[in-house]
This record gives sequence, C-alpha cells and structure tokens, in this order.
Amino acid sequence: MFCGMANDVLTFTDRGIYCAAGDFFIDPWRPVDRALITHGHADHARPGHRRYLCTDACAPVMQHRLGDISVETVKFGEFRRIGDASVSFHPAGHLPGSAQIRVEVAGEVWVVSGDYKVVPDGLSETFEPVRCHSFITECTFGLPVFKWADQGDVALQLNDWWAANAAAGRCSILGAYSLGKAQRLMRMLNPDVGPILTHGAVEATNAVLRGQGYALPDTVQVTPDLDTKDYPGALVIAPPSAVGSKWAHRFGTSSTGFASGWMQLRGVRRRRAADRGFVVSDHADWPGLMHAIESTGAEKIYATHGYTDIFARWLNSQGYNAKVVPTEFGGNDDEVDAA
Amino acid sequence: MKDFATLFTTIDQTTKTTAKTKALANFFTQASDDDKLWTIALFSGRRPKRAVTTTQLREWAAEQGDIPLWLLEESYPVVGDLAETIALVLPPPSRQSDLPLTHWITELKSLVTADIETRKARILDAWDQLEATERFLFNKLITGGFRIGVSRKLMTRALAQATGQEEASLAHRLMGGWTPETTSFHHLIEAEDSVADESRPYPFYLAYQLDDPPDGLGDPEDWLAEWKWDGIRGQVILRGGTHHVWSRGEELMTDRFPEFGRLPDFLPNGTVLDGEIVAWDGDQPYPFNTLQARIGRKTVPKKLLKEAPVILLSYDLLEENGQDLRHQPLNHRRARMNAILQELPRDAPIRVAPALPFDTWDRLADIRVTARDHRAEGLMLKRKDSPYLSGRKKGDWWKWKLDPLTVDAVMIYAQQGHGRRANLFTDFTFAVWNGNDLVPFTKAYSGLTDEEFRQITAWVRKNTQQRFGPVRQVTPHHVFEIAFEGIHASPRHKSGIALRFPRMSRWRHDKPLQEANTLDDLKEMLETYG
Repeated sequence: MFCGMANDVLTFTDRGIYCAAGDFFIDPWRPVDRALITHGHADHARPGHRRYLCTDACAPVMQHRLGDISVETVKFGEFRRIGDASVSFHPAGHLPGSAQIRVEVAGEVWVVSGDYKVVPDGLSETFEPVRCHSFITECTFGLPVFKWADQGDVALQLNDWWAANAAAGRCSILGAYSLGKAQRLMRMLNPDVGPILTHGAVEATNAVLRGQGYALPDTVQVTPDLDTKDYPGALVIAPPSAVGSKWAHRFGTSSTGFASGWMQLRGVRRRRAADRGFVVSDHADWPGLMHAIESTGAEKIYATHGYTDIFARWLNSQGYNAKVVPTEFGGNDDEVDAA
Repeated sequence: MKDFATLFTTIDQTTKTTAKTKALANFFTQASDDDKLWTIALFSGRRPKRAVTTTQLREWAAEQGDIPLWLLEESYPVVGDLAETIALVLPPPSRQSDLPLTHWITELKSLVTADIETRKARILDAWDQLEATERFLFNKLITGGFRIGVSRKLMTRALAQATGQEEASLAHRLMGGWTPETTSFHHLIEAEDSVADESRPYPFYLAYQLDDPPDGLGDPEDWLAEWKWDGIRGQVILRGGTHHVWSRGEELMTDRFPEFGRLPDFLPNGTVLDGEIVAWDGDQPYPFNTLQARIGRKTVPKKLLKEAPVILLSYDLLEENGQDLRHQPLNHRRARMNAILQELPRDAPIRVAPALPFDTWDRLADIRVTARDHRAEGLMLKRKDSPYLSGRKKGDWWKWKLDPLTVDAVMIYAQQGHGRRANLFTDFTFAVWNGNDLVPFTKAYSGLTDEEFRQITAWVRKNTQQRFGPVRQVTPHHVFEIAFEGIHASPRHKSGIALRFPRMSRWRHDKPLQEANTLDDLKEMLETYG
C-alpha cells in the first residue's frame, strides 16, 4: 500500500480514499465516520458508515439498497465545506445519479472519478469533465482492444434479435445488472416489438428511478402467478445470475443475451454460454478514458479498478505522471456482470 | 468473404448444435465450389501455408493501431486470441469489399513467396477493406488453428444435409491426405467414389469412457476384453503394393515408423488393420515416454530404431482383399485378422492384441487392477457382434480405465488461459516439498469448474508475488489433488520426474500447505509405477 505525501489532498488507506483536511473517505470499503459516495453500486456504496454524503439523485437508490442509513445530499455542482476541504459532485455518466467527486484544499484540486463513461446514454446525467491537478480514474476497460460501437447501432442489434425471437415464438432473456444497465437497455428497446417483463430486482430499482422522475418504458414484473403465455414475444430483463437459473425455466424456449463491455471479447462471450452478447458498457472505453483524462488537464493520474499496471505504464509513456492505486476490490472477472 | 463472416457469426451466436449445423448446411448449398472446398478444409484442420509470421502481424497491427507493441502484447492475454486482438486494435477500414473466401486464401498463398515489403503492403491493404468479423477470420487464416466451435463431425453432418449423402460415407471421403490444392469439391464430394485415393484411411471408431461398473452391460459372454494400451492409435493400410500408416489425428506417419516397411512382404494387398502402435521390448510395451522419443522424429536415427523399436498391436481388421469389412460383426473381423496374422514370423512388427478371457464381471475387475503390470491403462470392452462404426459412438465400445494416480501439490505459478478461458488464470504450476523447499514438478490446466477458476483468478490477482512476463508467482497457499495416468523419470525436469495427463482432480481446501506430498513420495511412486 502506498500512501501519499504529507500535503496530498487525498491519500490511499486500507479503508479507502481519505481526505485528511476534511476527515472523510470516498467510497470506503470498511466502516468509517463520514463517507462520500460516488454512486449506488455495491462495491462503492457499502453498508456500515455513520454518515453518508451523495447527490440527491443518488440517494434514493442507495437508501433502497442499504436501508436505514443517515444520508445528507447535495445537488450536482453545489459546493460543500467539510473541515478545510471544499467538495462538489459532478456527473459521471455511469448511471442515473452517479458522480465524480471534486475535492479542493488550499487551491489544490483532486477529482475522484468513481465509475464513468463519457458518451451520453439517454438516461444518466452526461459526464462532465472537471479541471483538476490530480485525477483518480477508474480503468476497467483500459486496454486498446476496448472500443464501443455507437449506442444506436447496438440498439438496432438488440431490437433485431428481439424481433427475430418474437417472430420465431421465442422469449428473449437479457441479463443485465439491475441498477443502471437494466434501465439503460430499456431505453434502447423498441416497445413496438413486444412487452418488456422484468425480474423483481430490476423492477424494484425501476420503481425508485421512476419515483425520481427518470422516464422508463412500461414494464411488467414477473411474479409467481404471472402466466408467460399472456406475453408472447416478450423480452425479459433479469440480473445475470437469474438467466439460466430455475427462475428462467418458466419462459420455455428462449434465446439468452448479455449486455456488458466484456462482450467485446469472444472468449468471455463464449464462457457466458449465452446466445448473444451485446457490447453495452457503463464504463468508458479506451478512447473515452483518454479523452476524459485529457479534458481534466491533470498532470498526476492515479489508476484504479482494472488493468492498472498497464494503464499507468501507457500514461507515463504519454507524458503523464501516473501511479497505480491498489484496491481491495475483486478481480476483473467479478465485474463482468456490472461492467 | 461476407457470406463466410455471416456463417461464422451465426455459428458463434448460438450454443445449439442443430442451429450450427443448419447454418453450415445452408452455406454448403449456396457457396461456390471453391469456397465450399476451403470451408471443408478449414473445419477439418487443413489451412493455407503460413504467409507471414505472427511477430510481423503484431508489429504491423500495433503500427496501424498507433499503439506501442508492448501494449498489444499486454492486451493479448486479456483477449486470449491473437487474431482477435489484432482485429480489435486496428482502426476501422477505409473502404468495403466483398471478395470471396477463396480470394483471400489465394492472396495469402501468393504472399508466401513475396518479399517482405509486398507482404506488409498486401496485408495492410486487406485489413483496410475488411470489417471487424472478416478481419478476425482473415487473421485466423494466417495464425492457424481455425477452431471456431465447429467440430469435424458437425461439419460432416451439415455436408450430409446439404448434399443428401450419407454421413458415414462422407466421413470416409474426407479422410486422408487431400488438400484443396490437390482436389476439387466435385472430386472430393460428388464424383463416383470408385478411384479412391489408395492411402485413404477409414474413420476411426472411438470408445466412450465407462463410468459405471460393467454389470450394466449385460451378459459377459457378449463382450470381448482387451488391454487398453498406452501408445498411439494407428491404422496400417496395405494397398497397391505399398503401405501407409495413419495416426488417429489423421497424420500420415509412414516415414516415422520404418519398421512397417517390411509389411508388404508378409501381408497381402487390400489389408487394413486398426491397432495401437507401441514401443516394444520383446515381451511388452515400453512406457509411453520411450515411444514419445520416436513420435517427434521424422527421420529416425539407427540407434533409436534399435533402442525403441515399434510394433502394431493389432485389434481389428477393417479391409480384407480390398473388401470393406466394417459392417461385419467384431468376432468375425477378429477371426479373419487372427487367420491372417498367425502366419507372420515372430519378428514381424505386428502382433495380435490378445483377447483377455473372463467369465464374470468380477473376474474382469480383478484383471483390470493388474493393468499397470502389463503397461496398460486399463481395459477395452467391445461387444462381439458390433460393427466398426465411425467416430465416437456410445453403446458397443467402452474404455474402462484404471483409476488415476494422485498426489497433493502446492500451486506456485499461474498463467492466464486462451480462448474461452481468456482473462482467467487456468494454467498452473505445482510443486511438492523437498525439505523446506517447494520443487515444481508438473503443470495442469484442467479439472476445475468455471466457478472454481473464477475464484482462483480473484485470489491470484491479490496474491501475486512477482511477475515474469505472463507468468505470476503466487504465495504458496492452495493445495490441489493432481490426478495422472503415469509417471516416469525425466532428466529434463528439475524434479527428475514427468507425469502423463496431469490434471486437477480436487481443490483441497481442507489440506494445509505443509501436508502436501513430498518429492520422496513421488520418487516412491516412480519406483512402483514407473
């Protein structure tokens, strides 16, 4: 574990990213007194902290997932003073309500990216580059083999697949992480093709986001008494773990698909043993990462989450001062579902 | 190439065999004869001669993708396939074309003799007019190993559907030493099959593993038992006054085993025998590693020929006097074989693989446990009235192998896999104790479930001590039971031993590191089983 210099705005500790000037942590993985949270995914918003601070757009989902917690909220772009630090949250484009966190201490500005993607997805608040001196960036897809196709093209593939299945009397089952990815896919679907059914975990998140005013197409939750025959040509959105499980048997003959950035790789696609893999990621691809880093104007880059060694080496060869942040988070493959 | 890319995409997008077969059959009814012939060739392990080295491909791709070579090299193990890695790092093509598969293969063949600048220019030009999937397939044609989820069996079935011919006879037509350069689609598939290539072997009949006790097979009277020899399955053909030796992998091995050169003196034309090629010490086979020394040599030095002479332990007669006997019952084929082979002199490089007499399944079980004493891996069980089928079929032939030997070993190095195992740590090196040191003695790649590979991958990422290129040294912690079929001395290995078919049979979560086996334990096994 490496720690920063004494005058660094943020340091890396065994509990997570720490700001001494404001005595708070960002996305800590062990219980702390005050936690600033970038977004509601389980590896960033963990239970057990005394106080949480996040955007007002992120709070409902986090409360839905973590239950009775003490949450303060800020709006995007609003400044908040904590000790000697000034903090603000800026859209990260990862999922609805997701933020990058800007921390300024005595004129020195650091930004923690959280998870992000730079292209608009039609649902999340669009990524906003924030000028800073030091940028702590994720690099889940930090290799030049990851380049995403235009979302519109993938939407066509998705709808063609769905329509072909519907025409053949097959149900389409799409595996996607229940917060963020699932809702983004719903917005990509063409509701004229057929009804959209959802797994309970997905529908619970839908309810929270609809309550916040995010517009989603009509969906029907799959309940034990639902007769699948009433929904011919349906597309079912479910968490990846439910696809291929006993839960999915009720849909009879079906075609399965997964939506993730990892589906770019044939090996991962085959390992998933799904009929189709759709390359839809809530993380930045290689050009996206480069664009984001350049836009911050930062000289110091800290790489976290992903192929950090390789990514940092590349950045150093491009004239940045880049370092690797060790994290306790699981290996890349654990994130296949979410990414 | 667009129709071939569409075929590939359709096959790649389904896990269902029937859907794959249908897509391929459809292609076989629509494509040109040349494209059909090359498709058959690619899916039966034939490919154009390599036009450029993979090193050159990597360099050119990195240059085109505007990335340093090291970054492409680091991306490769994540993707797990070089052809795919290259396709992904290249910039989008600047133009479109739809030249057929055969055009690109002809183009690659023409590059074999071209100078390096021409090769580079033509490859870059190809990349610049192929879209992602076509590029991937084009690269696959160069890097070789065209494995894309289509087995030869599946391809043969699709061809049968498309042509209305019988699958078994097509399988036979596709055997042997043809290449797309030496034949045509018409000659290979459609023409009257009377002037068949004289070297052409029959498709091998393969047995399934018997997992349950043989009691379920019925009356022992109906069954023939033989040792399951640990050599190379081979077919010896005598036709037209000369002989041919084929391995099960359909490699022509005639020159590697000059011993069989004497066979035309003993055996009549129109004879085809199926058996096991083994190195023979006069009474029984040598261990497999003796034969291994022979397999690698295309020409055999006299000394080796003397030290490790091979013979065929023959167990089936597929052709007699030019007549195909495969539809005849096994006991008839065997009787004919015995009649032919009993005339042979003692020093002929061929012997009958003996049938093992038994009257009850219990008696056979007793025989099976002595297999290692006979340098065998177990038993073969064959129904006496079975015809000689083609490929792996359930029912009439079974292999009943010995339980493997096992040793508990410590994982010390890990490396990522390829293909569908890309980005997962699946290739491990294992060690046993020698005093306080861990001595590496084997690698193993298989035996764990996908879920276990995922777990160990997460663990490897967090417990890497050092990296040597793609290899990671990990904290000695996990103990695995390694199963293997044989053990022999090997001066090339640090531990002094080498294993046959090692694989991980169990993840010993229950076993502390210190209780793994020792080098002395292995040496003892070498004494007993080596």
